Amino acid sequence: MAFSISVNGTTYEVGAEPETPLLWVLRDNIGLTGTKFGCGIAQCGVCTVHVDGQPVRSCITPASSAVGRQITTIEGLSENNDHPVQQAWIENSVPQCGYCQSGQIMSAAALLSRTPEPTDNEIDTAMAGNLCRCGTYPRIRKAVHRAVEIYQGSKA
Amino acid sequence: MDTQTNTKMKLSRRTFIRTMAGAGGGLVLGFYLPGANAAVVAPKPWTTPTDGTEINAWLTIDLDGTVTIRVPHTEQGQGALTSVSMMIAEELDVAWDNVQAVFADMNRHVNYGQEYVVTTTHGSQLVRQQHPHIMQAGASARERLKVAAAQAWGVSASQVAAKQGVLSSGRNSANYAEFATAAAEISLSQEPTIKTPDQWWLLGQPTPRVEVPVKVNGSAHYCIDTQLDGMVYAAVKCCPVPWGQLKSYDFDTIKDRTGVICAVEFKALEGKTFTSDMQNGVAIVADSWYRAKTALDLMPIEWDVGPNGNASNASQAAEAQRLFEVTGDVSNEVGTDAIGKIDRSENSLLAEYHRPYETHARMEPINATVSVTDDRIDVWSPTQDQAAPIRIIADHLGRDPKEIFVNTAFLGGAFGGNGGGATAVTKQAAEISNQLRRPVKVIWSREEDVAHDKQRPPVYTRLQASLGESGLPEAFFSRAVWFSHEGVVNHGPATADLSIGNMPYQVPNRRHERHNVAAHIPTATHRAPGANQNGFIIEQFADEMALEGGWDPLEWRLEMTKGLEPWQRVLLKIKEVSGFTTDLPKGQGMGIAVVEDHGSICGTCATVSVNQRGQLTLEKLVQVINSGYMINPLNGAEQIEGAACWELSHALYGGLDLDNGHFTNTNFHTYNLMRMPQVPEIEVHFALSQDGWWGGMGEPGGPPSPPAVANAIYFATGKRVRSTPVSKHDLSWS
Repeated sequence: MAFSISVNGTTYEVGAEPETPLLWVLRDNIGLTGTKFGCGIAQCGVCTVHVDGQPVRSCITPASSAVGRQITTIEGLSENNDHPVQQAWIENSVPQCGYCQSGQIMSAAALLSRTPEPTDNEIDTAMAGNLCRCGTYPRIRKAVHRAVEIYQGSKA
Repeated sequence: MDTQTNTKMKLSRRTFIRTMAGAGGGLVLGFYLPGANAAVVAPKPWTTPTDGTEINAWLTIDLDGTVTIRVPHTEQGQGALTSVSMMIAEELDVAWDNVQAVFADMNRHVNYGQEYVVTTTHGSQLVRQQHPHIMQAGASARERLKVAAAQAWGVSASQVAAKQGVLSSGRNSANYAEFATAAAEISLSQEPTIKTPDQWWLLGQPTPRVEVPVKVNGSAHYCIDTQLDGMVYAAVKCCPVPWGQLKSYDFDTIKDRTGVICAVEFKALEGKTFTSDMQNGVAIVADSWYRAKTALDLMPIEWDVGPNGNASNASQAAEAQRLFEVTGDVSNEVGTDAIGKIDRSENSLLAEYHRPYETHARMEPINATVSVTDDRIDVWSPTQDQAAPIRIIADHLGRDPKEIFVNTAFLGGAFGGNGGGATAVTKQAAEISNQLRRPVKVIWSREEDVAHDKQRPPVYTRLQASLGESGLPEAFFSRAVWFSHEGVVNHGPATADLSIGNMPYQVPNRRHERHNVAAHIPTATHRAPGANQNGFIIEQFADEMALEGGWDPLEWRLEMTKGLEPWQRVLLKIKEVSGFTTDLPKGQGMGIAVVEDHGSICGTCATVSVNQRGQLTLEKLVQVINSGYMINPLNGAEQIEGAACWELSHALYGGLDLDNGHFTNTNFHTYNLMRMPQVPEIEVHFALSQDGWWGGMGEPGGPPSPPAVANAIYFATGKRVRSTPVSKHDLSWS
């Protein structure tokens, strides 16, 4: 069974059952391994990608449901590590083991695109679905605020 | 990109693509991401550049002056790549932005002289215990460069300076690269001594970790990301009750599903060190992991759970109560007759505490990729000892260790659970690849990971004390009951006694006893083993003793650690920076705790609020660490913050429930951990003794955090929380 999906602006022909979670199509069929597997039941957020700009947990999203929509993964967020969220993450030395950070960054980028100046409460709510075992949370909170400044600086 | 285009580019390390002459004369392309004036590491960190001149096993110098440092440890986010590179760059005296890190070749290490001395990465020991031989490697390379230059310039080596990658003497000057080949041939008559901390120029500076840039764009390669030509995938299921038998499975029901290739059985080999965590089970192999996992879930399997099918938290609690009345192994005794003194005292107290099983739940589920061929085996294994897979696979398949190659990738968490080599999954992958003669990637589902991780062992502890006229304790007695499989037998006695057996409080008569009860659940170290469980226990009982005797908890600790400089330093710093007080309105509280772990002393002051309905909010943690010395305060602060979140996760929300021989928790919906809304502000302070001893940094931030929070809860509510998770306790008040 084959279908086409558009990831980071490129169209891929995929041979997989349509109910296959988008996560496994991205990783095993297309070879984009920046999106991670963590739980398989949308409880940890490491598989977060954007579908038409909205953050979704790709481990429970059937790949067929993304046909005809624009999928963005961590690899497509920027070409040179210069998305404001990535810059802020580097400045604040956020990642430790780093495994959850693709999901954290995609959740944060989606938050900032709909809420350009989030409060701590809004950050907490938007990021509550993303687990981190290394405990980088305090730095994530700081980095989201820093990303806001970088966004605003780039607009000024 | 063709080579023509490439050679026209300006050859700079700071460009994206670097051109290097390969050893065979060919062109090798290395991909690098721009770092902000910092050392770098490639996304696939095992890809060792081939053009540099090797001065010793630890480093090579390229023609352009780039120093490549080979790191024999794993990078699990704790900063191994950066720490090792900083220590060598410090001694070599080379600009930090001319350094790149790669992982060392473990095949060379295991088979040809063990040049890296220690490859294990656990116990918060990399810097504190290994800095002498690592810095020595850098110092030795520097001196050999100086000798090589001295010989060429006709001066003595003492007249040559080596600074920031440049050798100089009088009017002579050269980059290190010019003398790298000559230096490689030099033998020193006497090896130099390493620098003392007052001579450091790089160590001690807050330095961003080298691998941060490749961890924000998805390019960092973890074991689970390995893709090989012809690779197949396996999903596995082992007996839910460890050591139970695989009775039967019906492969025929799923064999015709698309992509399904075969089933492979695994056999437990109890009693053999490296194999004892290999459980009885079955794998389904398919052309994608999703197809393998889906087929496995649909396949009927029958288990014989064996004699452990009735084990439960309740049965362990009952056994602990029985053993509280039985004398255990005495691990520490000071003074005389602590038990008798407590029995005869009219001013005594008794409390019982409990910490349950916890699991590592690394964000990267347990996995391994192995490719077995007739003449070569390649491994990607998420182990905390990259040399271990060579020994494990050589042992399991009866192959020559010289044929086995480890490709060290980043680890998506480790936390002590991958010590000894991620053994079970690496053996499973080796077993399947050996049978199929194809590369295979085995991934455990999260459910399999929770069920068959080696868990942190539970403990039940009864503590008693009697107080003298000053209100300070004159006798102290504790009796602990631990349940573990091989873990406590192997590294347990020391772990089981930490923080209580060696508590700093100078009670004149004290005795600590311990029972190690054999249980069927496999156990292992778990970030700050022993100290996390016991820290929660002893640091709350310290408050109980202090308050019973009419003492302020902070003043009590200062009094009870008199003369112990490292402890006093931490406690006085807490007093200075935290604003600790017991005088707060009901519903608010501050708590203190201080625990030694892996040679460092860490203290926490926690501020909490608890509303009348019992809803807990962590307002702030102030963490003070005394590790003796500190080579990277930025990395150090990251570890202290992270370790606090780690252990608060278990103490506040975690806890595994054992029932019918297996855990009822299966995934993150039933094993709850700290999430962003629950995370307090965390402030880190250093209070370093700097007087000759070194402590660790990766683990000590955890143990004092939960007891500080629990002590704060007591002041806020009047309720003493003596077991975890705290979330199961009613904290409401009126």
